[in-house]
Amino acid sequence: MHFDFTEEQTMIRDTLARMVREEYTFETRHKVIESDSGWRPEFWAQLAELGILSAPFSEEDGGFGGGPIETLVIMEELGKGLVVEPFVPSVVCAGGILKHGGSQAQKDEHLAAIIDGSRVFAFAHAEPRGRYDMAFLETRAKADGDGYVLNGHKAVVIGAPWASHLIVTARTSGDVADHDGASVFIVSKDAEGISTRDYATVDGRRASEVYFENVKVGGDALVGEEGGSLGLVMQVADEAIAALCAEACGAMQVANAMTLDYTKQRKQFGVPIAKFQVLQHRMADMFMEYEQSVSMSYLITLKLGEPAAERAKFASMAKARTGQAARFIGQNAVQTFGGIGVTDEVAISHYFKRLTMIDSEFGDAGHHLKRHVALSRKAA
Amino acid sequence: MNLEFSPEENAFRDEVRAFIEENYPTDLPKRGLADDMTREEFLKWHKILGKKGWSTPAWPEEYGGTGWTPTQRYIWQEENARVNAVMPLPFGVAMVAPVIYTFGNEEQKAKHLPGIHSGEVWWCQGYSEPGAGSDLASLKTTAVRDGDDYILNGQKTWTTLAQHADWGFFLCRTDPTAERPQQGISFILVDMKTPGIEVRPIKLIDGGYEVNEVWLTDVRVPAENLIGEENKGWTYAKFLLAHERSGIAGVARSKRALENLRDIADAEMMDGAPLSEDFDFARKLSQLEIDLAALEITELRTLAGEQAGKGPGPESSILKVKGTEIQQRLTELTVEAVGTYGLPDFRSFEDNLANDNAVGPDYSTHAAPHYFNFRKASIYGGSNEIQRNIITKMVLGL
Repeated sequence: MHFDFTEEQTMIRDTLARMVREEYTFETRHKVIESDSGWRPEFWAQLAELGILSAPFSEEDGGFGGGPIETLVIMEELGKGLVVEPFVPSVVCAGGILKHGGSQAQKDEHLAAIIDGSRVFAFAHAEPRGRYDMAFLETRAKADGDGYVLNGHKAVVIGAPWASHLIVTARTSGDVADHDGASVFIVSKDAEGISTRDYATVDGRRASEVYFENVKVGGDALVGEEGGSLGLVMQVADEAIAALCAEACGAMQVANAMTLDYTKQRKQFGVPIAKFQVLQHRMADMFMEYEQSVSMSYLITLKLGEPAAERAKFASMAKARTGQAARFIGQNAVQTFGGIGVTDEVAISHYFKRLTMIDSEFGDAGHHLKRHVALSRKAA
Repeated sequence: MNLEFSPEENAFRDEVRAFIEENYPTDLPKRGLADDMTREEFLKWHKILGKKGWSTPAWPEEYGGTGWTPTQRYIWQEENARVNAVMPLPFGVAMVAPVIYTFGNEEQKAKHLPGIHSGEVWWCQGYSEPGAGSDLASLKTTAVRDGDDYILNGQKTWTTLAQHADWGFFLCRTDPTAERPQQGISFILVDMKTPGIEVRPIKLIDGGYEVNEVWLTDVRVPAENLIGEENKGWTYAKFLLAHERSGIAGVARSKRALENLRDIADAEMMDGAPLSEDFDFARKLSQLEIDLAALEITELRTLAGEQAGKGPGPESSILKVKGTEIQQRLTELTVEAVGTYGLPDFRSFEDNLANDNAVGPDYSTHAAPHYFNFRKASIYGGSNEIQRNIITKMVLGL
């Protein structure tokens, strides 16, 4: 039992930290998220070049030989800089689907392109009425000759405006929330019948509503077994949860540091407000919340290889606890900054927004507490 | 990073589990209220462990430590928690002993460490005073040098289980003129049988007698009982408090208590179904389990740091704050779980400690007293507010 990082992991961290520090200043980010495209493809290419996009993949899949711990290291650093580029959708989600479920041919074509950055994927899974239920799929895929025809509507697909390809979940059989009948497809975003409504998210990223109207895909678009992919989707969702928890830790660490720094600069009643015990204790609480989140992020990262039910329980524990901490830290950071904290011009408000929205991805604290209750019962 | 125990660590777990199963005295009371037990009952397991050489795992080996790694010590705690073991009390083993072997002289080590190790000698802590709680350095008990002795005068309070104590370690003011209150304090070992010491029990909120006032009137103590240097006692006192905090998280015990609480929630009925199936209650249990898991990993991270040679630092304050919050929520939720049978005062029944005559289910008998008693947890060992002050200073650098 130990919590040390390997030399390679430390190297990844140092490389990425420097890159984020130098190339992803608050001012640069501000310009990028207000630009037309909302992201920097050249930054993505740099990440690919430095091997960041390949880090979580095995050598036989064309990667660096890493796994969840590499993802944790990367996500912490991306979280520190509020990086908007789509590491979770493309690398963690689509990469995860292909890594665990893809055929050799699919890996050769798509995983290689994810790793070298030439293709960007988005994860088109959630639906307008599905909330956080992973099994809820109204999108249908109907067998059609050798292939399938897709119809449906995917909600808030993060990074879709930047994506060339989508991982799409669709129901090939069964009722809306059935556990059987879920299938996964690789779909080119320019396929006929796909339309999107693109928009900005409140935390500085871009997303789309994606509509499928009689979209034809070949049989080779199917990942894994027809109708039997819910397990795969849930595994990847738990991996995304681990990644988001690590991202939150990075963002919380910076939010705490910024808050502390601000209290040393800001004077009221003739003294720096850091002198006030009520604020000192608040920051001590923020520090403890951060440390507990780091622990949970380590826990889920190290438990991703457990059997599904165990893994899901740890994922829910981590996501619930981190969501609560992120809320606490975000709100209290803004409160400590005072009026300036609710303006667009200071970084802290952007950290607050990202920390808030992390809770709403892949299930919020309330959802995961409920899932933990259900899983605890099953175990009993 | 990994969370796996090594094959050696698993073998170690098997070994200690087997030893505990074979040797733990099954006739000890399980409820753990302070006055539930006699002095001999408190010391029973300690003495068995002393003979085995396992009573003081964390000490350096030359003084009787086991040489276990922090991970092994964690496993040891877990295995003892499985049987709800009455562990060696901290006052000797975990508080004064590290001060003695770190700052004491050879005579002091030879005189005191063996008795602590074996469980023959019971220690108590003379820190707090009526006017010196969180502001410990404002303490007023004096020690005045008189030839080869110190003469002690003053009053200590909240002295846990002093009614059984053979020896005490006392913080006394030896230089009332020092510039800062922290500078004039000395750390002195006192034989509790010395004339002039009076121990007065304090009845606590749960009706029990766990703590005492200790009055010192012209108590003559040999100067050789001074630890380290005169007026440097504050340094040793702080060292001791950091040690006290590192064991204070109580993760293994809280895990056991949570299992226990889940059993109670299965047994209690609400609207025709087990309480554990009530979503509102189940959610509270889940939240506790989640917070406890976060604490456990935080403790393991601290242990791993210790294993890598880092001493217990400010993170021990997190363990104290979060550990005691969880202990308190567990006792609070237990009161909620037992419902109306939380009301009868078990002390009003004859032969109440045997529990045979009380009403309601066994698990309800001590729920409320435990809850009331455990409000102490966020107050002792440096109140949780003081822990936040420590984090402010040590971590935030303010």
